[in-house]
Amino acid sequence: MDRRKIRVLVAKPGLDGHDRGARVVARALRDAGMEIVYTGLHQTAEQIAETALQEDVDVVGLSILSGAHLTLVPRIKALLREKGLGDILVVVGGIIPEEDAAELLKRGDADRIFIPGDSLDSIIEYLRGSFSSNHTL
Amino acid sequence: MDQLVKELLQGNRRAAARLISNIENDVPEKRALLQEVFPHTGNAYVIGITGAPGSGKSSLVDCLLKKIRRDGLTVGIIAVDPTSPFSGGAILGDRIRMQDHALDEGIFIRSMGTRGSLGGLSRSTREAIQVLDAFGKDIILVETVGVGQSEVDIVKTADTTVVVLTPAGGDSVQTLKAGIMEIADIFVVNKADLSGAERTITEINIMLDMKNETQWRPPVVRTISVQNEGMDELWQELRNHKHFMKESEKLLEVRKERVRRELTEQVEYLVKNKIWEQVREGIEIETLVDRIVHRRLDPYSAAAELLEEIDFL
Repeated sequence: MDRRKIRVLVAKPGLDGHDRGARVVARALRDAGMEIVYTGLHQTAEQIAETALQEDVDVVGLSILSGAHLTLVPRIKALLREKGLGDILVVVGGIIPEEDAAELLKRGDADRIFIPGDSLDSIIEYLRGSFSSNHTL
Repeated sequence: MDQLVKELLQGNRRAAARLISNIENDVPEKRALLQEVFPHTGNAYVIGITGAPGSGKSSLVDCLLKKIRRDGLTVGIIAVDPTSPFSGGAILGDRIRMQDHALDEGIFIRSMGTRGSLGGLSRSTREAIQVLDAFGKDIILVETVGVGQSEVDIVKTADTTVVVLTPAGGDSVQTLKAGIMEIADIFVVNKADLSGAERTITEINIMLDMKNETQWRPPVVRTISVQNEGMDELWQELRNHKHFMKESEKLLEVRKERVRRELTEQVEYLVKNKIWEQVREGIEIETLVDRIVHRRLDPYSAAAELLEEIDFL
């Protein structure tokens, strides 16, 4: 029997030290039946990409509140591609201005961006929708 | 040979990661994959780290990694955290303590959820160990979930078992109890700067004095992992135990025992599959259930009746 679960890496890249949001999201995804690997704070792009590889995750969720998203997200996406992990979904959460979000999405550095006010359910729905066919929850 | 297995044997980290997932997800070709992996296993030494939630297992692993790497050995780590029995989800957070090693190519860390297994390990820990063994890691550290008194599966899996305790874990009767206190090859009293550490060490030693084990007396190592204290001693004791296991041929003995158990399990698995395949294919199980429910038949005779119709060849 195939019993896949959606595996999500929740990571805090860079210097921002606030992980309440990341923890709340991690908890909600856990309750939605997913497996969450949490890295803790202050991760470099290299650490995140390598962790995604070793943990064989389906999704990398980046929580960024520092304003450095235009540097960090493309860097992480590039490293993932380099490792042959271009198919991993990259989801960003944090305080991301609209025009920056549009740019990240347009360049293909992120697959989806969630901002303050978006519901936890919308994140769960999005992830479930992305893996509906071959995952059980 | 399967492409992933080939890449695993060539040292491809992504192949190792993907193989562990496939096995964990019970893909149809799982047994075939494990068959190909098996001939390349048997070289790694497996160390189990177990103890209560929050006793410091992950931090200890983190500190230990530095010592092991300094000796030039490569390490695979399997860190198990509990899967929710309600949602099926899990937070795998052991890595947080080990992220300094994320970029060390001699280290491979994999987090696993228990996925319904209750003995302190995950359903597929044993198979994941085989993958990392074939991958070429010299040492494999297995960190169990935070355990209570009786989750002792690790002792069936590891060559050396370390039990991590903290000061003030109850009175001396706790050391008399069966279960977790019996499986240690090495005791660690972590957070040894807290009050009560000396008493805990004494109580463990009193318990050990009562045991008539002449070949190997489990040492009690005091550590403070946040200050990186006691790690040289711990690594030394781990090497001592490994040496003892090899010299006394105990290692061969426990590995034989493990293989015996696995062989039994595999036979049972195959037989079980054969039975249920045929039951699904035609044997009318529902009529039996009805008869049992209405007390016209008992489950013991029904089982015997079912088996008569099974073709085992």
